[in-house]
Amino acid sequence: MCATLTTMSNSALTSDQRSERQHNSRGPYVSFITNRTTNLLIRGGMLFFVGVFLALVLNLLQVQRNVTLFPPDVISSIFSSVWWVPPSCGIASAMIGVLYPCIDRRLGEPHKFKREWSSVMRCVAVFVGINHASAKVDFANNVQLSLTLAALSIGLWWTFDRSRSGFGLGISIALLATLTTQILVYNGVFQYTNPDFLYIRSWLPCIFFAGVITMGNIGRQLALALLSNSSFYKRIIVALTEKVNLILFTFGKAKWSLNLQ
Amino acid sequence: MTLREQLREKISAAFYRHGLLCASYPVPIILFTSASILTCCYPLLRLPLPGTGPVEFTTGVQDYSVPSHEPLGDLERPDWYHGPPVAYIQQVLVKAAVSPWDSSLVPVDVFRSPLGKVFSLLEEIRNHVHSDGSGIRSLEALCLQVTDLFPGLRRMQSVLPEHGCLLVSPGNYWQNQRDLFDSDSDLLKTIQKHEPKGLHTSATLRDLLFGVPGKYTGVSHYNRKRVVTYTITVVLSNYDAGFLSSLRTRLKQLHPSANCSLRDDHMVHIHFKEEIGIAELIPLVTTYIILFAYIYFSTRKIDMVKSKWGLALAAVVTVLSSLLMSVGLCTLFGLTPTLNGGEIFPYLVVVIGLENVLVLTKSVVSTPVDLEVKLRIAQGLSNESWSIMKNMATELCIILIGYFTLVPAIQEFCLFAVVGLVSDFFLQMFFFTTVLSIDIRRMELADLNRRLPAEAGLPPSKPGPLRTREAPPPPRPSPHTITLQTPAFRNLRLPKRLRVVYFLARTRLAQRIIMAGTVIWIGILVYTDPAGIRTYLAAQVSEQNPLGDSGGGGLSPHLAVAPVFRGGDPTSTLSIHRAPAPTPLPENQSQGHLGPAGPLPHAPPSMPQITWGAEDEEGWRRLSFRHWPSLFSYYNITLAKKYISLLPVIPVTIHLSPQEAIDTRHPQDTRHPPPPIPKVSVDIQTDLTLYKVAALGLAAGVLLVLLLFCLYRVLCPRNYGRNGVAHGRRRRGDLPCDDYGYSPPVSEISPLLLRGHSMDIECLASDGMLLASCCLAGQIRVWDAQTGDCLTVIPKQRLRQCSSSGCWEQRDVWDTITAESDCACESRDPNLGCDGVSEDDCYPLRRRSAPTRPPLFTDQPDLTPLIDTNFTSQPPSNLATPPRGGFDFGGLVERAYMEHEPPSPSTYPSPSSASSSPPSATYLQRTLSLGDASGPPNQAVGAGTQSAGDWESSVWAMELRGNLIAAGRSSGKLELWDAVEGSLRCSNEDGVSGITALAFLNNRIVAARLNGSLDFFTVEINKPLGLLQYRGAPGRGSMPPSPCYSSEDLISCQLTRSVQCAHQKPITVLRAAAGRVVTGSQDHTVRVYRLEDSCCLFTLQGHSGGITAIYIDQTMVLASGGQDGAICLWDVLTGSRVSHVYGHRGDVTSLVCTTSCVISSGLDDLICIWDRSTGIKLYSIQQEVGCGASLGVISESLLVTGGQGCVSFWDLNFGDLLQTVYLSQSGDGQGVRQLLVLDNAAIVCDFGSELSLVYVPSVLEKLD
Repeated sequence: MCATLTTMSNSALTSDQRSERQHNSRGPYVSFITNRTTNLLIRGGMLFFVGVFLALVLNLLQVQRNVTLFPPDVISSIFSSVWWVPPSCGIASAMIGVLYPCIDRRLGEPHKFKREWSSVMRCVAVFVGINHASAKVDFANNVQLSLTLAALSIGLWWTFDRSRSGFGLGISIALLATLTTQILVYNGVFQYTNPDFLYIRSWLPCIFFAGVITMGNIGRQLALALLSNSSFYKRIIVALTEKVNLILFTFGKAKWSLNLQ
Repeated sequence: MTLREQLREKISAAFYRHGLLCASYPVPIILFTSASILTCCYPLLRLPLPGTGPVEFTTGVQDYSVPSHEPLGDLERPDWYHGPPVAYIQQVLVKAAVSPWDSSLVPVDVFRSPLGKVFSLLEEIRNHVHSDGSGIRSLEALCLQVTDLFPGLRRMQSVLPEHGCLLVSPGNYWQNQRDLFDSDSDLLKTIQKHEPKGLHTSATLRDLLFGVPGKYTGVSHYNRKRVVTYTITVVLSNYDAGFLSSLRTRLKQLHPSANCSLRDDHMVHIHFKEEIGIAELIPLVTTYIILFAYIYFSTRKIDMVKSKWGLALAAVVTVLSSLLMSVGLCTLFGLTPTLNGGEIFPYLVVVIGLENVLVLTKSVVSTPVDLEVKLRIAQGLSNESWSIMKNMATELCIILIGYFTLVPAIQEFCLFAVVGLVSDFFLQMFFFTTVLSIDIRRMELADLNRRLPAEAGLPPSKPGPLRTREAPPPPRPSPHTITLQTPAFRNLRLPKRLRVVYFLARTRLAQRIIMAGTVIWIGILVYTDPAGIRTYLAAQVSEQNPLGDSGGGGLSPHLAVAPVFRGGDPTSTLSIHRAPAPTPLPENQSQGHLGPAGPLPHAPPSMPQITWGAEDEEGWRRLSFRHWPSLFSYYNITLAKKYISLLPVIPVTIHLSPQEAIDTRHPQDTRHPPPPIPKVSVDIQTDLTLYKVAALGLAAGVLLVLLLFCLYRVLCPRNYGRNGVAHGRRRRGDLPCDDYGYSPPVSEISPLLLRGHSMDIECLASDGMLLASCCLAGQIRVWDAQTGDCLTVIPKQRLRQCSSSGCWEQRDVWDTITAESDCACESRDPNLGCDGVSEDDCYPLRRRSAPTRPPLFTDQPDLTPLIDTNFTSQPPSNLATPPRGGFDFGGLVERAYMEHEPPSPSTYPSPSSASSSPPSATYLQRTLSLGDASGPPNQAVGAGTQSAGDWESSVWAMELRGNLIAAGRSSGKLELWDAVEGSLRCSNEDGVSGITALAFLNNRIVAARLNGSLDFFTVEINKPLGLLQYRGAPGRGSMPPSPCYSSEDLISCQLTRSVQCAHQKPITVLRAAAGRVVTGSQDHTVRVYRLEDSCCLFTLQGHSGGITAIYIDQTMVLASGGQDGAICLWDVLTGSRVSHVYGHRGDVTSLVCTTSCVISSGLDDLICIWDRSTGIKLYSIQQEVGCGASLGVISESLLVTGGQGCVSFWDLNFGDLLQTVYLSQSGDGQGVRQLLVLDNAAIVCDFGSELSLVYVPSVLEKLD
């Protein structure tokens, strides 16, 4: 009895120690910025702006398909979406971008595949390209569109991520986002022009997935760049310029085809 | 061997051979590649240039029929010319004038009655009915029926027709109602009312309604031609040749145009490209920005090559030309691109990617440098062959999958991508590899050029070993190289703003951008032709060339109709004052019947002349090219990717009599004052606009200048190099790897460890050939700086003073040790004992223990190292009880004695207490140099040590010149030792205060003492063959001791002058060079003395703290650093201060100057590099704690710093860490406290009790 208790406490102790040790060894994301909160805030802020920007741009990409050629007020179409869409995209992308490196650290398997900015740029470009294709290319039917987008999204993950955690997180967040959209549509907040999958468009999860992968990619790279190097401000500038490029994240895509009420 | 491995081997071999080929014949291969690129791009010439300008196509009217929907294979017809046009546009061009002009007419008459004529014309057109065999057709049936204006255009509601026929004319201003027109008191105001405010380049409402550009209408008070021009635009949806020709005949019949030579047999079809609005542009721009970011981040990774930018350019060229090749090939095989090239282009680039190119470069670069270029290329290529092939196969697979989506657009994209990938692979293999080989070869040549003289400069052979024993010299580390990249490609560790400025200056970026911008702007201007520049130019050319074609645009001269006007019908804008027609024309009579006043055969000069020129034929060309799209867009009809057909205009000439003009006058018209300044008023409106624009531009320019100025002030504050601006700070320990984890291979430099000292090394001195070190135990060792052999050991002066006689009694020694340890016991931890309290507390302990040492045992081994004062590790009982009881020193002492027996040095067992019990003297000096001790040390110390003789005084300063070691002791005694024999040459005991610093220059020795006095000694050598003559001779160290050294009295050291009160406070630094002696003291001043006559030249004041560091060299550069963290540069000749910067928080601990910069280190463990001429801080290097003071400059561009158990080499010009050499295998060494750079570029640094000799790798600088 006593022995059992001892072993139990021992095992508890060792597990505590292990977790403690794990906590202390911070993997490749060692922070030279002493203040972790500041660090987190900076990253979150940058990701937020990236998300907002991408939402606006990709929204525009979608809007112009139905837009007339000479709208009297071109500029206003940029901000044609409802006010809460870009901020929510930004918040979502910030959360995802922070979550990814966090999960990597928790799992103890740091992401090492293609960790460089050029690869991230490539990823963002492909993501915009996917959106572009879905907006501009005429598909025979929705199934074809959805299948193509799904293949492209998986290809995106394989090319730039290849981590199980990335895939799992992407899938779950995409499903969650689709569900959220579903609920929103069901409650009549907005609706899609021609829904083909319950109340939404069937390609929505694919776009969500690609967006999550892209945001995660950016988030990881930001974490690496911001945390690991000394020239902190240089990194910020780089990241800011990079923000000009950005991600589209989910809602930007969803938004255009849904007529907000 | 699996298939996979076989395949891999084959691929690798193939790539190897290919690499050899490419590197062997670079020029033919590049030529071949260029030729193939050009060949593949040739079909592109047939493709139309992309652009958004409209395209036109002309057909004849006679045989016109609506084109069919299927595009015909006809080459003459553009592919857009199929199907019916959006609309047919029939313009009726009206030119009206009041003629003859009467002086009683007011300016308003110029346009009021001509404009009034529009209503009757409109009526005529609307009511025109054509009837033939097929039925009766009216305009209502044929015209384009519009339903609703675009929402948001409500303000145009009153002007544009909202339903019914789209018929546009100036009459729309008055809702096509004559009575509204008549009752309008101010026509111009009505017209102007609808004009948009501000500058507007596209079609305005006025242009739309008048159908001609505003300045040609003639509707203004200042119309000196008095001809009013406007059009009635009829938009037809169906083409009916019969109706149109009957309308034309009818109008011509009603208002015949004399001398009108307009051709009416051509109709022009205009195709409008897809408009790119801002909404579409933003995503496009975003993709391009992403593309550029991608290219930037990719090419940034190219490293370690000769020309980084050249290779980056080659990489981009590779990708771009592979795209062009793919488009060209696709076109060649009949696949015409239907996708918007501008849109898919970024995605294609991203898909093809620059990765392979980068991988290739990195692989080749990382091959051994000493291989032949050919082999390097081949090796690098074959190393990466497998991954390249694998990646390419994967990409092809993905694209193939994409091809099977069966979506036409995606299929086309995939097709392009496949061809692009293949051609990209081709170009990579041939073009880029060859360029890379050329680049690498250039680099190699530069290396070789550099390396040869560098190695030739090394001493050819080392002098034979001097040592008596047969010890093989330790293997000299093989020469290693440090590669300095070419300066242009390294990151200059400059402040950011300077880097930006340098970049701008280097590339002349601003000028080029402005130039390119201007060129592009002009190009756009000409291309889009918004203001009719082309027509204007054409007209001017034709005017200057009367023999040429009189009309622009390929119109044939109208020989039959109006030969008189040949060459004389240039544009109406240019012929403002035309001479009247020389001969009356018979046609003029026909126009007469319209004007009731009757024709005037000879028109007076004031008579308005209506002329028809070639430019009237296609008057719409002078309109904005957005004219028609905007007109249609008002009705929500897009012209993008569609075309309209313009029918030949119907000219209408109307002459009105003055009477008519007067009749139609509005009562208020006459009240208008005559034009105030008729002469200049013609263009007054445009002039005003011009002035406005000019003023705006000027204001904008001024604003820009101000903005830039503010920006400059913000970016470049005047606190250059002030404290707190820590730009470009680098942490040491950072490997010079880039952000991608790639670090250049580190060549191992194995340092030579010089072991022998048992305690921490306190003083180091060297003259290049020999190296002398003195440890806390008072032992002086002399080493060969070349090989690291220990030549001499001077254990403690007293041991050499007596002859080697006397027995050795353990008992006595035992007592000594006991006494020593007792003493140590009492003082316990000297650190604690001395730190807080003054030195007085410690010295009595030393004094008391000193006399207990029996002076007769002079030949004993020095056992002081054996004292273990690390009591913390021992049980406390040992302290309480006498040590003889529980502790046996016998073994220890015996071993020490055995090792002492042979005179040759050997390593003593390093006591564990080495670092923990430094004598208090060290602390005295430490505190001195750090400036903690404010007052001079007590005289009692001096007296005490004086009475004790040499036994207890420790060496505080040491210098080595030639064979002589000058040692300054805490007792104030100056001793000269023979470095080779280890014998004392002479000593001088004139001073009583401890010598804190020594300078040994030529045959003079300067000693600075604790009490602030400065003593000048002269070393006199009685024999002509003085040892000083051997200075510098190579191989001097190998010579046997000269007989002249045999008697000691040959060398004498005389005190020539003693400056008693050189400084008010202890002298902390003493440096001598170039015949000057510079002292720095606690009293905040620096003094400069002349060495020969010890005359004080200057007292330099400027520091607000004690002087802690001084640098002076042969070029009379003097720099000083103080406790206030300030660094001053002085002019030694005049004693003036050149510059003064604050660089450190806390003391400046070390200072070195090169020709271009000043390097300082401080207590804040920061090494700062300053520009010497301007005093601007270039960058700083973060040192490890406690290692801040150790630094040295090896060459102009190589800086060496000490760290925890390592030394690091830095590129001085750019602040790049080149290499870090670890001094001990374990890597956990102590911090390097001192660092000495020798002449042969070996570095000696002391860390703990060991010395380390590091040979500087040969520096290899890549030339441009």
